[in-house]
Amino acid sequence: MIRRNWKIELPLHFMLLPGLILVLLFCYGPMAGILIAFQNFIPVKGLFGSEWVGLDHFRYVYGLPETITVFRNTVVIASMKIVAGLIAPLITALLLNEIGKRLFKRTVQTVIYMPHFLSWVIMAGILLDVLSPTTGIVNAVLDWLGVTKVFFLGNADWFPYVLVGTDVLKEFGFGTIVYLAAITGINPALYEAAVLDGANRWKQTLHITLPGIVPIIILLLTLGLGNVLNAGFDQVFNLYSPSVYSTGDILDTYVYRIGLGNGQYGVATAVGLFKSVISFALISISYFLAYRLANYRIF
Amino acid sequence: MVQHNAWGRKLFIALNYSLLAAMSLVCLLPLINVLAVSFSSAAAIEGGKVTLWPVEFTTRAYTFVASKKEFLTSMGISVQRVLLGVVVNMLLTILTAYPLSKEITQLRFRTGYAWIFVFTMLFSGGLIPTYMVVREFGLIDSLWSLVLPGAVPIFNVILMLNFFRNLPKELSESAFIDGAGHWQTLWRIIVPLSMPSIATVTLFTIVGHWNEWFQGLIYMNDPIHYPLASYLQTIVVKLDMTQLNDPTALRFLSELNDRALRAAQIFLGMVPVLCVYPFLQRYFMSGIVLGSVKE
Repeated sequence: MIRRNWKIELPLHFMLLPGLILVLLFCYGPMAGILIAFQNFIPVKGLFGSEWVGLDHFRYVYGLPETITVFRNTVVIASMKIVAGLIAPLITALLLNEIGKRLFKRTVQTVIYMPHFLSWVIMAGILLDVLSPTTGIVNAVLDWLGVTKVFFLGNADWFPYVLVGTDVLKEFGFGTIVYLAAITGINPALYEAAVLDGANRWKQTLHITLPGIVPIIILLLTLGLGNVLNAGFDQVFNLYSPSVYSTGDILDTYVYRIGLGNGQYGVATAVGLFKSVISFALISISYFLAYRLANYRIF
Repeated sequence: MVQHNAWGRKLFIALNYSLLAAMSLVCLLPLINVLAVSFSSAAAIEGGKVTLWPVEFTTRAYTFVASKKEFLTSMGISVQRVLLGVVVNMLLTILTAYPLSKEITQLRFRTGYAWIFVFTMLFSGGLIPTYMVVREFGLIDSLWSLVLPGAVPIFNVILMLNFFRNLPKELSESAFIDGAGHWQTLWRIIVPLSMPSIATVTLFTIVGHWNEWFQGLIYMNDPIHYPLASYLQTIVVKLDMTQLNDPTALRFLSELNDRALRAAQIFLGMVPVLCVYPFLQRYFMSGIVLGSVKE
C-alpha cells in the first residue's frame, strides 16, 4: 500500500534543503574549482578571467624530482600505518579480553582511549617536548640506559617510524573498541563447547575468538585501502621540518606548501586533483570489496 | 600436566596485567611529564631534574599565560566557535538524517539525495579550490569560515540516520494517525527518543570543533581571529622548529622559561577535552556500537 502524498512528503524535502545548499556550495563548489588545475590561476582575475594552460601543470609536476619522493613517502607511511593500526589494537583487544578484574579493565580502557581525543597540535606539542634530543625525557632515559641519543624528529631515517609509532600510540586504544565489540558478539555457547572438549584459554582464543573476528579484520583492511594516500596531514604537518622532507613530506603537506605557501595555485590544485582522483578510485574499490566480502554498506 | 598449565596460566595473567599497565603508562606518562614541567621552576627544568613530579613548584607559567592577551582572545573565539559550530552541525545532522532515514516510498528521490551527500565522502575538490570558495564568499577572517565548510558532517548524518531507522516504526506511525506531520513527529517523538545518540554525537562535535586548528590557520589572515587550537599550533609547533638546529636559540628561550610556558599552554588547551571526556566515554561505546549495527 503505497500512498504518495505530496502534502505529507513536502516537509521532508524542506528539511533536506539547508543541508543540500551548504553541501552544494562548500563541497561541490570546490569540485568546480578543480578547473584551477588547468589554469594560470590569479585570484583577482577569478576562475573565468585566468589564462588557460591545459595540462602544463601536470607536465611540470611530472617532471619534478620531488613528486616521486612525495608520492612514495605518502604510500609508504600510510601503508605502514594501516598495518600497524590494525595489528596493535587487535593484540590489545585480545589481551583486554583476558582480564577478569572489571575495574582494571575499565581503567586501562579509559587511559588508552584518551589520546584519540587530543588534537595533533597538542600531541605534537607534547611529543616535541618529550622526544627532544637535548631536554626530552625519552632521550634522558636512553642516555641513562647507555644508548646513544636519537634525534627522533630531525633524523630522516627515523622520522617515518616515529610517525607510525606516535600514530599507533594515539589511536591503538580507540581502535580496540571495534574488536572488543566484535568479541562480545561471539556466541558464548562456542566457548562452552570448547571447554567441554578440553580447550584451554589459549586454544579458545586461537580457535574461537580469532576466527570470530576475522570478518571485522577483513572489513577494516579493505576500508584501509581507501586511505593509502592519506598519510595523516595533521600529524605530519605538526611534526615535520625541512630536515626530514626527504622521507616525511607527503602529498597533503606538499600541496599546502606549494599552494598556500608559495602561491602556485594551479600546480598545487593539479597535485591535489591527482590525489583526489586516485583516492576516489581506491575508496570506490574498497567499498565495493567491503560490500562483497563483508556485506558492508555505508547506509 | 594440569599443574604445568595452571602455572602457565598464572604467568600469562601476570604478564598480561603488567603489559596492559605498561601500555596505559606509555599513554599517560608523556602527559604527566608535560604537566610536571609546566609547574616547575626554570632552573629545575634547565637542570633536567623534572620527570614526573614538579620540582620547585611554581605557577608562574600559568599566571603569565593568564595575562597573555592573545591566549585569552583565542580562547574566547574557540568558545564562540564551539557554540556556533555545535548548533549548526547538530541542527543540520538531524534535519538531514531524518528524511534520509525514510524509505523511498515515503520520500521521492531518496537515493538521489543520499548520493549527493555520500559522494562528498568519496571525492573532494581539494585544499586550494576549497580555500578559493571560502574566499569568494568573503568568509576570510570571519567565524563562519570555521563552521560553514563543514556544516553537514556526513559521517554523523549516517550514524544518526541508522539510529533513526532502528527506532520502532509504530511510534511515528501512531503519531501520524494522531494527526502529526513530519515536523511534529521529528521534534516530539524522534528527537526525544534519540537523546543518547544525539548526546554522543554532540560531544564528538564539541571535541572536534575545539581541536580543529587547520581551518583557523588558513582562513584567518589576521592571527587576532585565531581560535585557540590554531594559536597553539603557531606557538607550540613553530617555535620548536626554529630552535631544532640552533642550540643558541634553545638556550635563550629556555632562560625565558619557554618549556614551562609551552607546557602550560598545551595543558590548558586540552583541559576542556579532558573535562568532556568522562561523559564521552560513558556514551560513546553505546553510541558507536549503535551506529555501526545495521540490519
